[in-house]
Order: sequence, then structure tokens, then C-alpha cells
Amino acid sequence: MSPLEIFFTTIGMAVISLLCRAFFLIPKQDLPMPGWLREGLRYAPIAALSAVVAPELVLTQGHLIDTWRDPRVFGALAGLALYAWRRSLFGTIVGGTGVMLALRFGLGW
Amino acid sequence: MTSRVAALRAQALALAGRPMFREGARDAVPMAIGIGAWGIVAGVAMAKSGMGVPLAIFMSVLVYAGSAQIASLPLIAADAPMWVVWATTLCVSLRFMAFSFHYRPYFAHLPRPQRVALSYLMGDTNFALFIRRFPEHVPGQRYDEYFMGCALVTYGIWEVSIITGIVAGHGIPASWGLGFAGTMALLALTCTQLRSPSTWMAAVVAACAAVAAYALPLKLNIVVAIAAAVAVCVLIDHARTGPAGAKR
Repeated sequence: MSPLEIFFTTIGMAVISLLCRAFFLIPKQDLPMPGWLREGLRYAPIAALSAVVAPELVLTQGHLIDTWRDPRVFGALAGLALYAWRRSLFGTIVGGTGVMLALRFGLGW
Repeated sequence: MTSRVAALRAQALALAGRPMFREGARDAVPMAIGIGAWGIVAGVAMAKSGMGVPLAIFMSVLVYAGSAQIASLPLIAADAPMWVVWATTLCVSLRFMAFSFHYRPYFAHLPRPQRVALSYLMGDTNFALFIRRFPEHVPGQRYDEYFMGCALVTYGIWEVSIITGIVAGHGIPASWGLGFAGTMALLALTCTQLRSPSTWMAAVVAACAAVAAYALPLKLNIVVAIAAAVAVCVLIDHARTGPAGAKR
């Protein structure tokens, strides 16, 4: 794309992104919505977060990993265990990344 | 003009002194290492896409959505039509729509311009921390102040780190595992939302669906995953509470 095209693409992305974020905050009245959807939307945020994370952990170039010796999986498991133990966001991030790096550089996985 | 600036400054100082604002800011600090790492990775990816430093910074400040920006890079590099980039942005941003649905009871009383301004600052980190701090809406709390504290810290760290990544570009090797720190940050946020067996179910179904549908174009795998998780959880809730849809 030319710089000008990228410029307009960016403007569009900003508008779309802001409209999504503001979607339910813009109207004055609550939007009419069937009960099941109202109920189901409670699960959407956790589903979305999980959907973003999972492919990062078990896919390489779009293919499912075919070895158990993948440092990312063990890093993530370590992060999960740390969270279950200490409920610490910082610990989860640092511990999970630490285990992944230790396996990658220590064991050469 | 100077009086307006002074008034804004006084307003900002007053906000920074509020206890709720400080609490929100404090709660966001442990996430800083994850946000910072991910911001640098996103910045490096933007630098390597070849769009040039000014446009990359322009996009980072205006769009302020890491996942959408990263998803757009290969499309822009491959000269994809604009609508493809926008459709991908929409798919990646659908989760923000769910966030705004959850925020509504907390912010509905504010004037509309302020609601839209808050929306611009919405992100995964703010949302997860906010819902962890306020699982239920009880009237009378200064939710907006907590949100602003959390959101401004997040925004600051993100912009500084992504611009660092854009400028430093190739100087930062991929082997440092910075990208993985970003993934771990999202994993930690996901954990904060696992409050009940149904939310576990939603997370597992979404994870499987997102992996299984990964080959779909336009990042539709995320949309498929959300739809699948929502459908399964609603069906299970109904099966548990009876077909008449009796409320617990």
C-alpha cells in the first residue's frame, strides 16, 4: 500500500475500533436484546481472551505443535500454576516467561 | 486559552489525587512488564513491516489496539484491499463490544462525550482488572475514576513501549521472549476472569475453537470461538436451570 492508502486504512481502523468499544455505551437507553444473548454476553470477554491466547501457545506458523518439547506450553503451565498458587499477575508473567526462556536457552528446545 | 489550559491542569491534578484513581493506577502497575514487553514486540513488528516510522506512530496513537495493528501488518504489506484490513480489525475488535456491554451499567450515568472518551481507552488489561475489582455494579462508586487510573497507566506504558519498538526496530532480537511475556500477560488476565465452572467452560471451548478455526481468514477464528463458547455456556445454563428458563 502507498503511504496515503495506509493513512486512510489507519483512520478506518481507528473508527471501527472505537465504534466497537463504544457500541453499548453510545445509546441513551439500553438496547433491546433477547434474554439469552444478554446472558451469553457475560461469557464473551473470557472467551475472547482465551481465544487470543490459545493459538499463541500451541500453534507454530498456523500448525499445531507436534512435539511435547515446546517451551511455550511449559511456560504457560508454569504461569497457570503460579497464578493458582499466588494470584499474582506479575508472578504469572515473569514466572511463565522465565520458564519458557530457561527451557529454550537452558535445554535448547 | 491559558485559562483553559490551567483549568484542565487543575482538573487533572484533582483527578490524580482521588483515592479511586490511585487505586486503579496501582492495580495496573503489576501488568506493566507484560504490557511493556508486548508493546515493544508490536512496535518492532510495525517497524519491520516497512510502513515507516511516522505512519507507525500515527497508527499506534490513533488506533490503540495492539492485536488489530499486528493483524493488519501482513495485510498492508501484501497490498490487500482496504476493506479486508477493516474486516479483520472488526473481527479482532469484537471483544471490545463485549467489554462495552459489561461497562454499560457502571458508566451509563455519565454524559455521552465522556462515555465515548472512556471507550477509546478500553483494553484487555483495564477490563480484566476492572471486573476483578468490581464484579457487581453497586451505585455510588466512582467507577470512572478507577477506570481512568488504570487506563491512563496502561495507555502510557503501551505508547512508550510501542514507540520504543518502532524506533529501535531491528535492534531488538526476537529471541528475548518479549512476545511470550505479552502472551503470559493475557494468560494472567484470562485467569482473573475464571470465577465459576461456566467461565472455565467458556475459556476451554473458546480456546479449542480458536485453534481449530485458526485457518479461517480475517481472524474469524476469534469470532467463531466467542460464538461457540457463548452458545455452549447458554445451553448448559439452560439445561441446569430447566427448559422453562427459570432464573436462579
